[in-house]
Amino acid sequence: MHPIAEKYLRKSALPQFFCQGCGDGTIITALMRTVDDLGIIDQVAFTSGIGCCAWIPVFINADCLHTMHGRAIPVATALKLTDPKRKVMVFAGDGDCMGIGGNHLIHAARRNVDITVVMVNNAIYGMTGGQTAPTTPHHATTKTTPMGNVEFPFDACEVAKAAGATYVARWTTAHPRQLTSAMKEAINHKGFAFIEVLSQCPTQSGRMIYGNSDPVAMFNRYKETSVSVARAGKMSAKELVGKIVVGKLHQIEGRAELCDEVYALMSSGGEGLSAETKLASN
Amino acid sequence: MEKVMVIQGNEACVRGAIAAGCRFFAGYPITPASEVAELMAAMLPGKGGIFMQMEDEIASICAVIGAAWGGAKACTGTSGPGFSLMQEGFGYAVSTETPCVIINVQRGGPSTGQPTSPSQQDIYQVKYGSHGDYEVIAYAPSSAQEAFDLTVKAFNAAEKYRVPVFVMSDEVVGHTREKVRIPETLGVVERRKPSLPPGELFPFRAMPGSLRLDGMPAFNQGYNLLVEGQLHDDLGNRAGTQVEASARLLTRICDKILKHDGDLLDVQGRYLDDAEVVVVSYGSTIRPAMQAVRQARAAGIKAGWLKLRIVWPFPDEVIADLAGKVDRIIVPEMNVGKIVREVDRAAHGRAEVVSLPKLGGALHTPSEVLAAIEGRNDRASHR
Repeated sequence: MHPIAEKYLRKSALPQFFCQGCGDGTIITALMRTVDDLGIIDQVAFTSGIGCCAWIPVFINADCLHTMHGRAIPVATALKLTDPKRKVMVFAGDGDCMGIGGNHLIHAARRNVDITVVMVNNAIYGMTGGQTAPTTPHHATTKTTPMGNVEFPFDACEVAKAAGATYVARWTTAHPRQLTSAMKEAINHKGFAFIEVLSQCPTQSGRMIYGNSDPVAMFNRYKETSVSVARAGKMSAKELVGKIVVGKLHQIEGRAELCDEVYALMSSGGEGLSAETKLASN
Repeated sequence: MEKVMVIQGNEACVRGAIAAGCRFFAGYPITPASEVAELMAAMLPGKGGIFMQMEDEIASICAVIGAAWGGAKACTGTSGPGFSLMQEGFGYAVSTETPCVIINVQRGGPSTGQPTSPSQQDIYQVKYGSHGDYEVIAYAPSSAQEAFDLTVKAFNAAEKYRVPVFVMSDEVVGHTREKVRIPETLGVVERRKPSLPPGELFPFRAMPGSLRLDGMPAFNQGYNLLVEGQLHDDLGNRAGTQVEASARLLTRICDKILKHDGDLLDVQGRYLDDAEVVVVSYGSTIRPAMQAVRQARAAGIKAGWLKLRIVWPFPDEVIADLAGKVDRIIVPEMNVGKIVREVDRAAHGRAEVVSLPKLGGALHTPSEVLAAIEGRNDRASHR
């Protein structure tokens, strides 16, 4: 076993059960490197929902709540509030985050609670067998869109940004080093951080949507269609069709964070915010 | 010093919760439970506690579960539709043996139903509302005083039995202002620390000779906890495909409640020694029943009353014993007649069991119950 795996994997949960060629292994590695580089294994607190990628933190030997479908974010919010020293990370799939748990995502972003949400996007409901997701491309074929998807996908990063996230980045499993850097940056960012990771699912989205269940082909597609934020800024809308814009998409420093606000109320001894503060915000 | 206050039941629940150590509340506004959230918002920060108004009731129960593993005693309060939305979270809390308290100020249903009118229609939902097999603990206060006392007990039971515990209040109890005595000292069960250090503790293994878990570790104490909603082994690893491990866990989390230490039996009664007819009820419906029994006694009828302060687990033995001594048991409820089925089952044919349902959002009057005692209420249905 690789030394970093030896150090951080939850041995009692092994063997892992991801399909051959799944992107989740790349993300687990990036997560282990993140935790190792930052030296925060004692401070991390993981939550996840339901879906393949929700098992990512389960395989790390740290505290983890493997919760209900879509519900990892409110659980994470409470873990952060009960001890703001925690480094709270959520691993959620696109169905978890954009479908059943979409409401929780936007409200956590609005609150600017200092947690990091990593949304692993394979554009399909993989664990349940390949049904359409809120991220499935328009007109794509899946098990529940056998004649083509009549709906349009969410841009999760735009949703998070619009809802108030103060750090937003997108990478793919073809960018493991950049993903690791982004995770570190997101954890160190004070406020709600959102990272979308496009991740290949050869078993379901490869087979159903892209007509090729070869993980290498899917991986190469990520490489070939990714453009950096800087380069995308110089491209026309037409040129950007079919491209994946990767990099840090958004960051705002200094916006008030939820725990700071809540603990300020507490330290006021129940007196509450001053009249001036309240008036200023009205 | 003992404090005497005149407060509504909803406030009594809040004061009981805080006195029992609640330091985290997450909720969502809903009538007739909104005062619970409002008072928590006003009182918790001054006590070093956290109040969160979440985006919905689903998030509220999830935050309560997160806070519990974060190390806090945590609680939510809701009613009707909100209680329905929380059911998924209740199941997760049962499966993961997460202590938490839920105050349900019952209103009439189904659906939007009857906001601001009382009911006891959720008394089965509290036990059966989430999918799968499980057991919970449910208290039913009938007064502001009991709202305080039983909320304290609910927190204590949650810590001891590691299960969601429900305070099944109703609109009458929630909104009636009456005298509450708050004693100077309360018996509060603190969260027990694990008896074993990290590396040695199996967080989901029952203590030797017990069906209950060892002390509860919190996150970031070195235990590397895996809290898993899927049926799991003693370490928390998924075991949903393992027949024996799954059956063992499911049996234990039910039996730890059903085979309790005796402390989950909480009934009060009067005039039972020589009673021939007894009114059995819970929550606010016991109040007109008590008045009716007094009137019946004054008229020379050998009547008595029995109040179930804990409805779940159901006190089978108490009802069986009672049924062996009396001729008739009358069960008034603000629903179609639910707990009467449990009474009938436990009575096992040894006494006549009469259902006295009342729908529409009003409490029974004493004269309605008295008429049933006298056998002249045609709304009463004999089982």
